[in-house]
Amino acid sequence: MANNVFVYCEIEGTQVAEVSQELLTKGRKLADTLGVKLEAVAAGHGITGKVEEQILPYGVDRLHIFDAEGLAPYTSKPHTAVLVNLFKQEEPQICLMGADVVGRDLGPRVSSALHSGLTADCTALEIGPHDDKKLGKHYDQLLYQIRPAFGGNIVATIVNPENRPQMATVRSGVMKAEILDVNYPGEVIVQDVAKFVPETEYVTKVLERHVQAAKNNLKGAPIVVAGGYGVGSKEGFAQLYELAKVLHAEVGASRAAVDAGFCDHDLQIGQTGVTVRPKVYIACGISGAIQHVAGMKESGIIISINSDENAPINQIADYVINGTVEEVVPKMIKYYKQNSK
Amino acid sequence: MSLKIVVLAKQVPDTRNVGPDAMTPEGTVNRSALPAIFNPEDLNALEQALRLKDQNPGSTVIIITMGPGRAAEVIREAMYRGADGGYLLTDRAFAGADTLATSYALSTAIKHVMPDVDLIIGGRQAIDGDTAQVGPQVAEKLGLNQITYTEEVLSCEGGKIVVKRHIDGGVETVESALPCVLTVNGSAAPCRPRNVKRVMQFKRALCEMELPKDTTWADLPYADQYEKKPYLKLGQLTCADVNADLSQCGLAGSPTKVKNVENIVFKAKESKVMTASDEDINGLIQELLASHTIG
Repeated sequence: MANNVFVYCEIEGTQVAEVSQELLTKGRKLADTLGVKLEAVAAGHGITGKVEEQILPYGVDRLHIFDAEGLAPYTSKPHTAVLVNLFKQEEPQICLMGADVVGRDLGPRVSSALHSGLTADCTALEIGPHDDKKLGKHYDQLLYQIRPAFGGNIVATIVNPENRPQMATVRSGVMKAEILDVNYPGEVIVQDVAKFVPETEYVTKVLERHVQAAKNNLKGAPIVVAGGYGVGSKEGFAQLYELAKVLHAEVGASRAAVDAGFCDHDLQIGQTGVTVRPKVYIACGISGAIQHVAGMKESGIIISINSDENAPINQIADYVINGTVEEVVPKMIKYYKQNSK
Repeated sequence: MSLKIVVLAKQVPDTRNVGPDAMTPEGTVNRSALPAIFNPEDLNALEQALRLKDQNPGSTVIIITMGPGRAAEVIREAMYRGADGGYLLTDRAFAGADTLATSYALSTAIKHVMPDVDLIIGGRQAIDGDTAQVGPQVAEKLGLNQITYTEEVLSCEGGKIVVKRHIDGGVETVESALPCVLTVNGSAAPCRPRNVKRVMQFKRALCEMELPKDTTWADLPYADQYEKKPYLKLGQLTCADVNADLSQCGLAGSPTKVKNVENIVFKAKESKVMTASDEDINGLIQELLASHTIG
């Protein structure tokens, strides 16, 4: 039994998604802890010779390439067949994929076919022991799949004691991509797609497709001005944009603000949105549900502006300003302009 | 062409309006403190189903929901808005199911209720779990194709469906043969409101499980109505009714186990607290500029 750690690499054209590279770095660490190899799967069309250097340097020991016309753009059944049949052959112990549209379409289907457990949107992955007291069984090294649950009011650790692979999806930005060695000597295996994907699996026809680059640069922004329900309105968000403009920052939002229609869904920071690690995070009228904090807690300096002195976010803030967003934000703009000259 | 459509719907605690009493002192979820609602994206799914029914006279829309007796509210709500009927899938054997065991149970119910189903439509995800796994897993269990993240059904004719779906950074239009499974986004068209006539017609509809203890249909007020109008008795299915394999149901059929649950309390940092006065804000900005934190 091979027992290795696998990462499914998502590919747009010939470009490997950042989230996949983040998971390769995490996968490398998990494989080291377990003393096994890290393997990657890349499926698409015209990718041979183009994706290797975007994957191997993250410490990948074996890369399986599936290159065929029907594999791009992504559709559910052919990619499921690739993973299911490869996993039956290779018997991985862990499989990670991005928690975006592709990973959340593919992961559950693969887990159902293999009858293996899958945990969505994990915010941390660790290896540790587990005792099943009912069965009196001990497991040495299971994957702890850690995620906020129940609207972010609790954090649950999930394990899959008996079924393999242990599968988890992780949002973009939660893990950090780090190149291990540009010349990492990984093996590349170009697989015969027809052996894995029967012709009958090509059942979805993509008639039209429009993909644009992201409209904002929240993920890489050094300063983020984020608004919550306490901003109160769309107009209130205009103020945040003004502050962001003078600070050269990006604007983000909590789920409550998005749900209330104050701003675009793309701006959502948190477990089900973007994860950010800016130098400075200015939380404006954000109460700080775990769901949100999961996406910004690693920020360098946190400034919380809130009229509620007991807002949970104040507990993790470096600076707490007791006041309304309406009152404080214009003053910040004014004094920044005054002092920065 | 008339269509046979199953809508998968779930009754969920309203996690969007969580109050301070939502957690017990022991750190478990206090379900009674949260109102139970129709999972929002399942309403978007219902709307897509009802539109197809409008466009294809003679079509049937049936709700299947899994849960305790009170979850039958979801079936009534869907009937008020236009669904033809529904089934409550309920059994102690289903308790503790993860997404995989849930999907297995739902797939057996679909096979039982509507073996010649054309379309199965559900919300993208439920707000109590946010996993988005049940749709694709039901599709896999039934060997059907899936279209997730649906924004709109563009056409459904000649045994083919064309769907506009959301993808990362864009949209795509895809075509699939029927039968297949769709999951629908919250950004899709909102569900039509209740129809007053239908509310009058179905407000007494009940599942057997909802009858007060030691009561039969004959003991109910308006007992004759249940005799005359069989549609007021909502479908109810147990594990045995749908021939489900017990080893694949509930806790036993769930590969994932919850190792532990933590009620997160943030570790307090030492924070500098200030007021909204000009003096304080000016001081803060000067401090941040001096340390090159901003600017």
